[in-house]
Amino acid sequence: MIVVLALAVGGLYAAGAFLLLQRSLTRIILGIALLGHGANLLLLLAGGASGRAPIVDGSDQAVSDPLPQALALTAIVITFGLTAFLLALAYRSWLLRHDDEVEDDVEDRRIARLGRGKS
Amino acid sequence: MKLSRSLILDMSAGPVFHVALLFSAFLLFRGHNAPGGGFIGGLVAGAALVLRYVAGGADEVHRTVRVAPELMLGLGLALAVLTGVAPWLVGDQFLESAKLSVDLPLLGTVKTTTALPFDIGVYFVVVGLVLAVLRTIGGEE
Amino acid sequence: MNVLVPLPVVLPLLAAALSLAAYGRTTLQRAIGLVTMTATCAASATLLTLVIRDGPMSADLGGWGPSIGIVLVADLFAVVMLAVSSAMVLAVLVYAIGSPATGDSAALFHPVYLVLAAGVSASFLTGDLFNLFVAFEVMLSASYVLMTLGGRAEQVRSGMTYVVVSLLASTLFITAVALVYAATGTVNLAELAVRMPDLPPFVRDSLGLLLLVVFGIKAAIFPLFFWLPDSYPTAPTPVTAIFAGLLTKVGVYAIIRTQMLLFQSDGPSPLLLSIAGATMLVGVLGAIAQDDIKRILSFHIVSQIGYMILGLGLFTVAGLAASIFYIVHHIIVKTTLFLVGGIVEQATGTGALRRLSGVATRMPVTAVLFLVPALSLAGLPPFSGFVAKLGLVEAGLAEHRHVIIGVSLLVSLLTLFSMTKIWGGAFWGTADEAAFVNAAPNRSGAPALMIAPTAVLVAASLAVALAAGPLYGVAESAAESLIDAGAYVRLVTGP
Repeated sequence: MIVVLALAVGGLYAAGAFLLLQRSLTRIILGIALLGHGANLLLLLAGGASGRAPIVDGSDQAVSDPLPQALALTAIVITFGLTAFLLALAYRSWLLRHDDEVEDDVEDRRIARLGRGKS
Repeated sequence: MKLSRSLILDMSAGPVFHVALLFSAFLLFRGHNAPGGGFIGGLVAGAALVLRYVAGGADEVHRTVRVAPELMLGLGLALAVLTGVAPWLVGDQFLESAKLSVDLPLLGTVKTTTALPFDIGVYFVVVGLVLAVLRTIGGEE
Repeated sequence: MNVLVPLPVVLPLLAAALSLAAYGRTTLQRAIGLVTMTATCAASATLLTLVIRDGPMSADLGGWGPSIGIVLVADLFAVVMLAVSSAMVLAVLVYAIGSPATGDSAALFHPVYLVLAAGVSASFLTGDLFNLFVAFEVMLSASYVLMTLGGRAEQVRSGMTYVVVSLLASTLFITAVALVYAATGTVNLAELAVRMPDLPPFVRDSLGLLLLVVFGIKAAIFPLFFWLPDSYPTAPTPVTAIFAGLLTKVGVYAIIRTQMLLFQSDGPSPLLLSIAGATMLVGVLGAIAQDDIKRILSFHIVSQIGYMILGLGLFTVAGLAASIFYIVHHIIVKTTLFLVGGIVEQATGTGALRRLSGVATRMPVTAVLFLVPALSLAGLPPFSGFVAKLGLVEAGLAEHRHVIIGVSLLVSLLTLFSMTKIWGGAFWGTADEAAFVNAAPNRSGAPALMIAPTAVLVAASLAVALAAGPLYGVAESAAESLIDAGAYVRLVTGP
């Protein structure tokens, strides 16, 4: 099972990184979300192989490591909150500009102007 | 923009809302040692409010909950922090919790932990946040 | 006395909650903020004196043991940072209350600002890699809101870059935590310090590099600095000032903490020294190309980060002590410069050098308040920057790192050049009264509540220079405790 999960982590990272490099804001946000899922899955995987019982009081069975689960839960909540903030920001950007493209930064625009001025 | 309201959704939102709130309270009090807790409970209550919003818009949410979202957020966070500080009064560490067993009339013996107020605080933070989102982003049409 | 240890985190957080409940009542929010931050300063100062006198302290939250619970560690380095940062937070809060246009008018400013303070304190105190992540997120999510508060188009644009880059860093941080846990089975820094040397060198180096990238994005080191000069200048002045003073320094703190505790090397690290040199040089060259006060100052943040990494890269007590002294000096001076830049912008409505002239004639008090930290930033005697740079140069020469020391001296010269550019462009020249549209009718050109905290910070930076001897002693003992990772482990896990 762990190979499948490891492949899933790799796939999520790859897709996330690809989307992050796009110019459209929506895709960037989706990319961040996918990367976050990949990272959280990796955190869960750090606890060892899957399939063991969750931690229970007084059980003799081998139980799964609860710490990465707690860490992943915390990280999921944080990623969830920040993705929501990013969506709100994108919504604001849409209201202001009616455009989904990420603008160039000030420096890029200045350098572009310099180039145009010379030619 | 005036949304056309769905009769079925309108009629079912009321009962479902109350059942969902009850369920969220169940999750809240069950938490800590069983699946549940303040965050999950708050999310269920928040989903119930979102249902109200889908059925009747921001005004309906406002009619349902009169408390200002900021007040709910602030007091919830304050309750959570104060629960963390409370153990100092008895000489324990920050955030330390203890098990409690209380005998109540009618209900019998109730087992809980001193972390319960922390969970209640978290519950209100989550509900307050959902209310704030519905009002600020959901209110603009 | 370890009730004191969580206090710098708990107080601002509780105040943020109350401030949120007082939504819309600005006066009450101001009172809550001022009272709490004064108390937090007092707590941090007490903590500092106690740690200097009795040695470091730690607190196990929730009464759990250090290996399963959350540990807060107040060692000398942490409490020095804590004391300086809470003083900055208080000073900038007063400035924000006093500034009419860019201050605390938004009802969310106060609660979010206090959350930021709590996050910064938590980052300094935490003794656990995952909680460092949580503290970072608390601090960063507050910073996202502060940066975009008001929601102007320019803010949303640059804020978006800032948020996306920071979120990418956070995702990498989770990745690093997961890999560290998979390799060692713990996220507690003290236990990691014990287990890290047993890992295969390749794994250890990879983890070290990954964490360096994560914190490097936050600290804006070369080549991960590009987001900073673009995003910082668009925020309101008090926000930019506190970001400039504290946020990148939290990143530097995390780099120093993890490198010293987990990946300490025996001699100078060529990687860190090259990064330091490139960061200094690129930052200062960027600053020279700019013609707006806030943008020049933003590029200088990048340049100055290089000096701090330089001291760390030497991996000697002298280098670290110089780094720590440099960070303290830099936090004070950089915050002050942004506050003065804000005063000029407030009075004239612009920060562009070509549209400014004669500020020194019209606002002489403000001009002095700019001159002192500007010369200090460039490293001229007798100011605090001189002491800090002298320490770095001596530490570098002791290790025979002549190239990097040469670079750092050249960068100092260029820093001086770009400070004279601001001085010549904005402060000298003839004053056109029509340009000072919002200037207050006094010799500082700004409300007293904006001038007072700025003046106090200038005085503080002078005091750092005057008391350089004893302060350097503190920095040296902090450096010694950083070099001795074993002491940290004994403190957390018990003898």
